Amino acid sequence: MLNQEFKVPAKLKTTSMVLLGIGVITLIAGVIFLLFSKDPVEPMRQLDQNRFWAVLLQNSIFFLLIALASVFILSGVSLAQGGWIVAFRRIPEAIGSVVWVFAIITGIILLTLVWTDNFHIYAWLKDGYNPHNSLNSLKNFFLSKPFFTVWTILVLVLWSWFGIKIRQLSIRQDSEPKGTTKTYWQNFNVSAGFIFVFALSLASTIPWLWIMSLDSHWFSTMFSWYTFASSFVSGMSMIMLWVLYVKRHGYLEIVSNEHIHDLGKFMFAFSIFWTYLWFSQFMLIWYANIPEETIYFQTRMHGPYRIFYWLNIILNFVCPILILMPRPNKRNYFVVTLVAIIILVGHWIDFYQMVMPATVQEHWKLGWFEFGIVCGFVGLVMYLVGNKLTTAPLVPQNNPLLKETIIHIS
Amino acid sequence: MSIKKFAVAAYDDEAVLFPAVKKVRSAGYKIHDVFTPFAVHGLDEALGEKESDLHIAGFIYGITGTSTALGFMGWIFTTDWPQNFGGKPHFPLPAFIPITFELTVLFAAVGMVLTFCYLNQIMPGVKKHIFHPRQTDDKFVMVIEVNDTNAAETEAFLKSTGADETNIQIAESDWWYGRFDKKEDYEIQQQLA
Repeated sequence: MLNQEFKVPAKLKTTSMVLLGIGVITLIAGVIFLLFSKDPVEPMRQLDQNRFWAVLLQNSIFFLLIALASVFILSGVSLAQGGWIVAFRRIPEAIGSVVWVFAIITGIILLTLVWTDNFHIYAWLKDGYNPHNSLNSLKNFFLSKPFFTVWTILVLVLWSWFGIKIRQLSIRQDSEPKGTTKTYWQNFNVSAGFIFVFALSLASTIPWLWIMSLDSHWFSTMFSWYTFASSFVSGMSMIMLWVLYVKRHGYLEIVSNEHIHDLGKFMFAFSIFWTYLWFSQFMLIWYANIPEETIYFQTRMHGPYRIFYWLNIILNFVCPILILMPRPNKRNYFVVTLVAIIILVGHWIDFYQMVMPATVQEHWKLGWFEFGIVCGFVGLVMYLVGNKLTTAPLVPQNNPLLKETIIHIS
Repeated sequence: MSIKKFAVAAYDDEAVLFPAVKKVRSAGYKIHDVFTPFAVHGLDEALGEKESDLHIAGFIYGITGTSTALGFMGWIFTTDWPQNFGGKPHFPLPAFIPITFELTVLFAAVGMVLTFCYLNQIMPGVKKHIFHPRQTDDKFVMVIEVNDTNAAETEAFLKSTGADETNIQIAESDWWYGRFDKKEDYEIQQQLA
């Protein structure tokens, strides 16, 4: 029972390949029709280009961050020596160990934008863009090409390394003699290191650098935490979907309702946490009513992005809190699958409304390009994680907490 | 409030208690209650207890708090004493959210604590019969309600499940107000009279 080798089901393989194919075709079509747009009107050509880059930027960051959430939850639970996650540990590990692929994609997109001086996306790239409202000197250092490049590359490399390392250590433990805990403690230390890196990157500087700088004159200190909460709750939903999928195919027998309940609690609690941060950011700006701050919400609340603003609250707060509140719902596979999908869609929309108003202004379009790129990224996740899962047994047999996880009661 | 007859068994260890609970239940006895010195995981499932409805009460208290806060503040600032705060509307919902949240939590928390105490019959001044003096110390005590005909047989069965001590007690099954046991209470009343 405890030595299960995952085989990628044929259906998953074909689906992921089809989705990847759609993504690649869309990307090529996007390059032809959007990046080298032949629209006779000049501003429309610019808009097409902006749409091309903004959609790629939004999707690559979104999928990178929700994959990274797996590394974060593994590190956090390892540091707390929590046993509940061990039953399905291999799934967040597999997701975390493919972070490097998304890191490369995101890195290419970000550095291309910066080094081609694409100031239609990152307005701060243009020197003297608005001399009457220029950035102050510290911010000029933060939003500069060298700093952006060095910090982005460093952070992407560290994230990728930690994602791979944590899985490596966990797999190494399988072949070690029973009862040894050396690798377990090594994993503990690596996790501590990751939390440190994470605090300095995703939990503070990276969302400012990558997303908030799209509106280079607007700022909010809550922004990073808000982005982190968004990516973390989506990451937990993705782990939930994978656990249920793998379990449905007859693996992971030691994962019981109790573990599903725990994951459901994370989805529930962090939906509320996200709302708390989103609201804290919103309320201070709304109350102070300073024009340079309220401009951010002007386009989103009253402008053309109204629909996303309300969808954001409904999909990411009202739905999870009302559906997941009763205990039986958190233990019902159908309900948690449904809510996981709602949360993933909702937070994709959240990222969409973070990126789009600054880049394509009121001309947002949810068309073939957005759809195709999302398909491509979903296919990539399915393909990479599915394949990663086959390379190691699904149960970490020598983990000291294995017994604890089997008898775990949530 | 009624005086009933109980068969009481005290066990030494939870590892003995669990099989005993299973045996007693499969033999068809109805367990009145089990007292343990600490919370024993899985005991409620073993006893076949249904999930508590306390959280439904909590939800109702919570939305009561929400509507109290919104209704009261809304009434004050739109009807009773409208004021202009920084040009905000008279019903500034975002500004009300923190207070609404606090009141929701307060109502839910206080309401649930009181309901919990009521359901478990723990209140200042409330007394219950204690079946075994060591039930909060180191003994695991199982109590089964019996009648005159099956008392001896039940006690023997409990003994066979590994109980340390068993006895038959006639006791008040519910709670009452007062500082003393029912018997002492009665004696004090007699002396005072």
